[in-house]
Amino acid sequence: KAVVSTQSTGVITREKSLRIAKFAFDYALEHKRRKVTCIHKANIMKLSDGLFKQCCKEVSELYPTIDYDEQIVDNTCQQLVINPQQFDVMVMPNLYGNLVSNLAAGLVGGAGVVPSKSYGSEIAVFEPGARHTWMEMRGMYVANPVAMVLSSAFLLKHLTLHEAGDKLIQAVKLVLNKETCKTRDLGGNATTREMTRAILEELHDLYA
Amino acid sequence: MLRTLARPIVSLTGCKSASTTSGIRPGTKYGGKTTVTLIPGDGVGPEICESVTTIFKEMSVPVEFETIDLTKHTLKDEGAFNMAISSLRRNGVGLKGVINRSADFRHHNVEFRGNLDTYANVVRCMSFDGIKTHHTGIDLIAIRENTEGEYSCLEHESVPGVVESFKVITREKSLRIAKFAFDYALEHKRRKVTCIHKANIMKLSDGLFKQCCKEVSELYPTIDYDEQIVDNTCQQLVINPQQFDVMVMPNLYGNLVSNLAAGLVGGAGVVPSKSYGSEIAVFEPGARHTWMEMRGMYVANPVAMVLSSAFLLKHLTLHEAGDKLIQAVKLVLNKETCKTRDLGGNATTREMTRAILEELHDLYA
Repeated sequence: KAVVSTQSTGVITREKSLRIAKFAFDYALEHKRRKVTCIHKANIMKLSDGLFKQCCKEVSELYPTIDYDEQIVDNTCQQLVINPQQFDVMVMPNLYGNLVSNLAAGLVGGAGVVPSKSYGSEIAVFEPGARHTWMEMRGMYVANPVAMVLSSAFLLKHLTLHEAGDKLIQAVKLVLNKETCKTRDLGGNATTREMTRAILEELHDLYA
Repeated sequence: MLRTLARPIVSLTGCKSASTTSGIRPGTKYGGKTTVTLIPGDGVGPEICESVTTIFKEMSVPVEFETIDLTKHTLKDEGAFNMAISSLRRNGVGLKGVINRSADFRHHNVEFRGNLDTYANVVRCMSFDGIKTHHTGIDLIAIRENTEGEYSCLEHESVPGVVESFKVITREKSLRIAKFAFDYALEHKRRKVTCIHKANIMKLSDGLFKQCCKEVSELYPTIDYDEQIVDNTCQQLVINPQQFDVMVMPNLYGNLVSNLAAGLVGGAGVVPSKSYGSEIAVFEPGARHTWMEMRGMYVANPVAMVLSSAFLLKHLTLHEAGDKLIQAVKLVLNKETCKTRDLGGNATTREMTRAILEELHDLYA
């Protein structure tokens, strides 16, 4: 029997919206960021995104030293390709977050180089920023390890192993800046292992 | 001083059959002129529509505009909204700005489209030689299902502090937009249609949409078909947008993707769009922003609206006029001497209009 109609439900709650807004502002404070922008589509999703936006606004009033503004997500997609430098910290619901982070990852080099961190109240998970398995390339060692390696560097810093974490980030940046070792996504043909070796060489020099 | 053109440019003859894509009649004609509904809307809409009326008048285009004042303020009167709808139903064709949302919980732009059933929104994003962007050689068509999906406007607060919003995807509307996309691809000699979805998460709703696209693709063996997850699409669009040809997607992704793609080729000021229902065609800028804070200042770029009006002319089978208008706009953009603020210059809306008219004059000379 063919499916005729489906209805999927999006849920936005005050509790979780306040929670993520507070996280965003705390994060901005901790990392010395100037501004938090709430990304929403409350002009259409008046109740759900309206609630999300309202929660962000309420929380913003508790952080007078941090600027706060709001932007409609379709305009955000446009602004990101025209003038991405205007953005600092952005806070948004799940789906827009997925699309915006992928878009932004593309702007700086793609899924191969962007790390991310996911926090719960008791757990932290570190993973690449754009979540793609790239199934067709498994086992071939052509993937760029940078996103995962940077995520692991953030893991080290989370474990307060700051020196190790910072040196690893620096090593990765040196490899990328030198442009001698590039995986396919960066326009080269280095393997995953060659990239790893290059990072290790830089680390060796940094610790020497 | 605008130079009046020496002779009426446009032939008043000719009314061949309407576009095969939608089968819409090309408009009501009275005394050789077609009546077109014009809804300038809020924000900079009236200014950019003025560019169109000025150009049409200079070109002596056989179009008579029936202007409906539908704005955030007039919306309070139910009559204004209904008048706009009945005007469009009567005329079958319209040119529209964006209506700013009113303070209540009605979604007028959404209701508008639902009422008229203009289910297919087509945004063509093409690189312009004169607009410096990171990527060049883009020519993609984003086809967006414009009457259901996340814009079903069904939201409620089930429990205090918990809001649910419904996204509705139906087989009927998914098949319809898929067929539209493939017919459009055929008609415009395009090679490939890509279905943009998030069926890995929205397994039932986007899954249904995807399945419908797949079914329809089998009826068009000469057109390639593939599918892409929308988050990857956002990334691919900024890394390698030239890979895209025709894209078909549900409402929300269509909104985001068309805005993203508009940004890639120069922004909301230069991208036109067309919305089709089975009996009505509405032409409007591709990225729908009112830019309220700049209203009355004549700084907005009229290109998006002017290009939309050129597509309107072609829809009315006034192909020569439409094509010459498009050519004139491209010449202005390529020359880069007249640029509005969004393009990095400081020309006014009217200066841009005048520049387009000068090019038109040369094209017809």
